Amino acid sequence: MLGNIYIILKRETKGYFSTPLAYIFISIFCGLTAAFTFYLGAFLERGQADLFPFFESHPWLLVLLVPSISMRLWAEERKTGSIELLMTLPITTFEAVIGKYLAAWVMIAIALALTFPMWITVNILGNPDNGVVMSSYLGSWLLAGQFLAIGSALSAMTKNQVIAFVISTAACFLFVMSGVEAVTGAIEGLVPNYVISIFSSMSSLDHFYEFVKGVIDLRSLLFYFTSIIFWLLLNIIIINIKKAA
Amino acid sequence: MENRIILDSLHKSFGELQAVNNVSMTVEVGEILGFIGPNGSGKSTTMKMATGYLKADSGTSTICGVNMEINPKEAKKLIGYLPEGAPAYGEMTTIGFLNFIADIRGYYGKKRAIQIDKAVERARIKHVLHQQIDTLSKGYKRRVGLSQAIMHEPKILILDEPTDGLDPNQKHHVRELITEISKTTAIIVSTHILEEVDAVCSSVLLINKGNVVLNGSSSELRSKVESNNSIMIKIDPKHSEDLKRLLLTIPSISKIDVLNETESNVNINVYPKENRVILTEVAKIIADHKFPVKDIYQNHIALDEAFRKLTV
Repeated sequence: MLGNIYIILKRETKGYFSTPLAYIFISIFCGLTAAFTFYLGAFLERGQADLFPFFESHPWLLVLLVPSISMRLWAEERKTGSIELLMTLPITTFEAVIGKYLAAWVMIAIALALTFPMWITVNILGNPDNGVVMSSYLGSWLLAGQFLAIGSALSAMTKNQVIAFVISTAACFLFVMSGVEAVTGAIEGLVPNYVISIFSSMSSLDHFYEFVKGVIDLRSLLFYFTSIIFWLLLNIIIINIKKAA
Repeated sequence: MENRIILDSLHKSFGELQAVNNVSMTVEVGEILGFIGPNGSGKSTTMKMATGYLKADSGTSTICGVNMEINPKEAKKLIGYLPEGAPAYGEMTTIGFLNFIADIRGYYGKKRAIQIDKAVERARIKHVLHQQIDTLSKGYKRRVGLSQAIMHEPKILILDEPTDGLDPNQKHHVRELITEISKTTAIIVSTHILEEVDAVCSSVLLINKGNVVLNGSSSELRSKVESNNSIMIKIDPKHSEDLKRLLLTIPSISKIDVLNETESNVNINVYPKENRVILTEVAKIIADHKFPVKDIYQNHIALDEAFRKLTV
C-alpha cells in the first residue's frame, strides 16, 4: 500500500517539476508573500522582530493559490482520460487519492520552505522568537493542507478545471470567513447560538492564528487533521460514486 | 488457474439510456475476439466494466477465475488494457511513463529493465523514448499505450480500438503484434474497421444499441446476409429468359433477380438457399447449353454490408 502511494507521489511530483507549474507556483507564492509583508504588512515600519506581517497574508493567498494547484488533481485526469488508465492499474482509489494529495502538499511545503529569506532577514534585523516562526510555518502548511483536501475532493466532481477552481476557492473562503465577526454577526438571531458557535469553531482562520501566536494547541491540530481526513474520504467516495454512475 | 476472461450478463444504464444490455462473452488464451458495433453501441462501456473502471449495474467480469468486483486489485494485475484514445500522462517522456507503469506493476532491478525493453521493442517505440508524450503523433501515442498494456505480459489483453488513427504500415504491424501475443493471451479487441476482423480475429461479437446481435465467426456474420454467395451473370438480353428458366430447375436456388437491363446487357442475380455455394450447378447449365455469358462471378459479401444490414 505504502509502495503504491509512494509511486503515485513520485510520478505526480515529477509531473509538477517537469512542467512550469511548480516553478511558477513557487515564484508567485514567494513573490506575493514578500510583497504583502513589506507593503501591506509594513514589516520594516513596525519595528518589531517577528514575522506576523508575513504570516498574516497567508490565509488570503492560500485561498487563491491552493485551488489553482488542486483544481487539476482530478479534473485534468478526467479531461484527458488518464483516470481510466490510472484506475485500471492494480492500485486502490485510496492509494491514488493519497498519493496525488501528498505530492501537491509536498510541493506547497517546498514553496513555504523557499520563503526562508524572510526568516533570515528577520534574524539579521533582530532577535525574533524562532519557535513562534516554526509554529507559524506549521500552521500555514496545515491550513494549506486543509484547502488542498477541499480542492482535491471538489476537483473529483468535474472534468472542468475552471469549475473546480471556482467552487474550491469559494469553499475555502467560507472556511476562512466563518470566524470573521461580520459573518457570524450577519447570521446571529437567525439561527440558534450553538449553531453559530459550531460554525465559528470551524473557522480555519482562528485555528491558524493559534499557530501564529506560537501556540500548538491539540484542538487546532485535531481540527486540521480531521478536516483533511474528512475531505479526502469524501474525495474517495466521489470517485467511487462516479465509477458506479 | 483458468486462462480466460468471462463476462457474464453485463448490464449498464446511464439514466434513461440502456448502454449495455445483457452482454456476455468468454475468451480463452489463444483466441482473439473482435468486438464490433457502430459508434455508441456500448463497446467501450462493456470494456470499461470488464476492466473495472466502471461498475456494472449487474453481471460480472471474471479474469482467470478472479472476480473483478470482489477482488479488483488482483484482477487488475492479470489484465492489460488500452483504453480508447490511449490516454497517458502527456507531460511525461515515453520512458518516464513506462518506468511509472513498471513501478506500479511491481518490477524492480534487472527484471524491470527486461520488461521495459521487451515492451519497447514489441511496440517499436525505441526512438521516441525521450520525447514528451504530448508531442508524439497519434500513431506513436497509440503504440506507447500498447506498450504499457503488454509490459507485464498479461494473460488477458483488452484493446479499445488499437489501430484507430494509424497508417496502413502501422496497422499491419499492430495486427502482427496482436497475432503474435495471442498464442499466450486471451485478447478482446474492439474495432470499427471490419477488415481487421478478417485479418486477426478468431471470432466476432457484434453489438448494437447495447444488445448482442451476433456471436460467432466472421463467416457466420456474412451468412446473415441473403446475397452472400449469390451468382451474378452478365448476358445478352435475348438469352436471358432461356437461362432464367433453366436455372430455376436447380433445387438449391431460392430466387432470381434481373437487374440493369440495357440494349445489349442484362445482369441476372441468382440467390442460393441458405448461402449454399451453387457455382458448379450454374456453370454446368451455362456450359451444357453454351450460353454466351459475358461475365460471371460469385458475390462474397463484404463484412461491411453484413454489419450495415444487422445494425441499421
